[in-house]
Amino acid sequence: MDTKKVCDKCGSGEAVVHLTQINDNEMSTYHLCETCAAAKGLETAGHQVNVPLGDFLAQIGDEPDRAEAGHEAEACSFCGLTFSGFRETGRLGCPHCYTTFESYLKGLLRRVHGSTQHVGKIYLSPDPTRTELQERLERLRRKLRGAVEHEDFERAAEIRDRIRAIEPPGVNPPVKSST
Amino acid sequence: MDELLQISDFGLSWLDASGGFADIVLSTRVRIARNLQGHAFGPRARVSDREAVLRQVRLTAEKVPTLEGATVAELPKLDGRTRRILLERRLASRELLGDPNTGPARATAVVLAARDPVSVMVNEEDHLRLQGLASGLQLKEVWHLVDRLDEELGQDLSYAYHHEFGFLTSCPTNVGTGVRASVLMHLPGLVLTKEINKVLQGLSQVGLTFRGLYGEGSEVVGNFFQVSNQTTLGRTEEDLVEHLDRTVRQVIQFESQARQVLLRDAAQVTEDKIWRALGLLTYARSLSFEELMNLLSGVRLGVGLKLLPNLRVYTLNKLMIFTQAAHLEQAAGRDLSSAESDAHRAAYVRRILATEGAVEPNEESEAPEGPSVR
Ligand SMILES: [Zn+2]
Ligand SMILES: [Zn+2]
Repeated sequence: MDTKKVCDKCGSGEAVVHLTQINDNEMSTYHLCETCAAAKGLETAGHQVNVPLGDFLAQIGDEPDRAEAGHEAEACSFCGLTFSGFRETGRLGCPHCYTTFESYLKGLLRRVHGSTQHVGKIYLSPDPTRTELQERLERLRRKLRGAVEHEDFERAAEIRDRIRAIEPPGVNPPVKSST
Repeated sequence: MDELLQISDFGLSWLDASGGFADIVLSTRVRIARNLQGHAFGPRARVSDREAVLRQVRLTAEKVPTLEGATVAELPKLDGRTRRILLERRLASRELLGDPNTGPARATAVVLAARDPVSVMVNEEDHLRLQGLASGLQLKEVWHLVDRLDEELGQDLSYAYHHEFGFLTSCPTNVGTGVRASVLMHLPGLVLTKEINKVLQGLSQVGLTFRGLYGEGSEVVGNFFQVSNQTTLGRTEEDLVEHLDRTVRQVIQFESQARQVLLRDAAQVTEDKIWRALGLLTYARSLSFEELMNLLSGVRLGVGLKLLPNLRVYTLNKLMIFTQAAHLEQAAGRDLSSAESDAHRAAYVRRILATEGAVEPNEESEAPEGPSVR
């Protein structure tokens, strides 16, 4: 159970990524070290290495020394989740957990998603800062251009309403309608 | 809480087979995971957190246009059968239902919109799981519906959000956009021509995952596969949805080609399979759900190939949903043993086919292309 897997490709690195593939009706799993996995990621036309969700938990468990060295004793000061508690369930307990275990999580997110940087919707909390407003406006304007290009006018009108609700940035932050 | 089931078509609009490629794509679903600032979530959420979340959601739901007239169903207040019906209609997850012996956790709920096919699971693994479900292939349409609901809720609720990681979720596999889009496909052509594994392998190479619908055993039942995006971080929501849409359209093309190959190279075997399936469905006195799904797959293929022109995809969709155990019990008005359930299932199928699926079994044999009504 506890034996570490060696990379199937180079035979020396510790396998941290487990790639399940199906060839001719047979399912096989490859165990790769970080370097070989990255190389393979490039081979598959720029897409990140594919880690099946089922292997995700196993993966957390598979990385004892590097992970444990720095984190074992840590616990989230808001929800009390310990690092070993996280490793058992694979679930975090509160927003603050993401700060507490940040350095470990970054590595994990990079392996699972191929990235650590969110590029989707910019969230505007009910009391946003000026920068948040601006970032969101930019995102919405980009979205609007996309919708217009695709001649999706209903969608464009909806996005325009969202923009109108926060423009001009900073001068007149939206007041929640309290009806 | 029986009024839930009185809402006509509640949660079932996706059965109508009005979406694109309805004979190959059963349904499109988009889910968004969100958590609220200031409360523990997932395994660390205490009863007080969960209750506070539900309270806030109730208040917000009253202000949000998309949820006007929505029903808030608290799971602990529903009887067991109604809860299982929610599960069978894909409005609640197994996790939300909780352990069968102890029942759902405190303050778990489902919010069902009155107009649009959107709903929200409350206090599942994440505080909120927004969901949109529609018939056929409608990824962009469903995404827009759920996106709008998310925008409306997010203006009133404070979401947990991180400048780098995006929307925070209990499981790191959902973090970032929190978006999981999935399409339920019926791929008998690819299975019968043994091309399916090649296609599935291709999917995993472009960052998509798939899973079969499993019955009791490990066999995929009825050639149904759910395809969804694997990653949620590092790409925009539109990107994720578009990428899935593009790939699914390719798979649809492969499936159509495979079906043409079947008609060309194995017309007799294929036709025989389809008619046998219909024959069993029409006359069987006892059907397990698994057997039903496999037979429906054959009949569905027949409808797709226009060999069974009088049967509608809508009828087949209905046969999949209303033949599940809790639905049969609801119709019978009592609990059913598994043997009774099999008998009720067969009876329901016979009745529906007799009224909605009149097929003359005589004159089809010489025309593999079949007369098309459309
Ligand atoms: Zn290696
Ligand atoms: Zn925490």
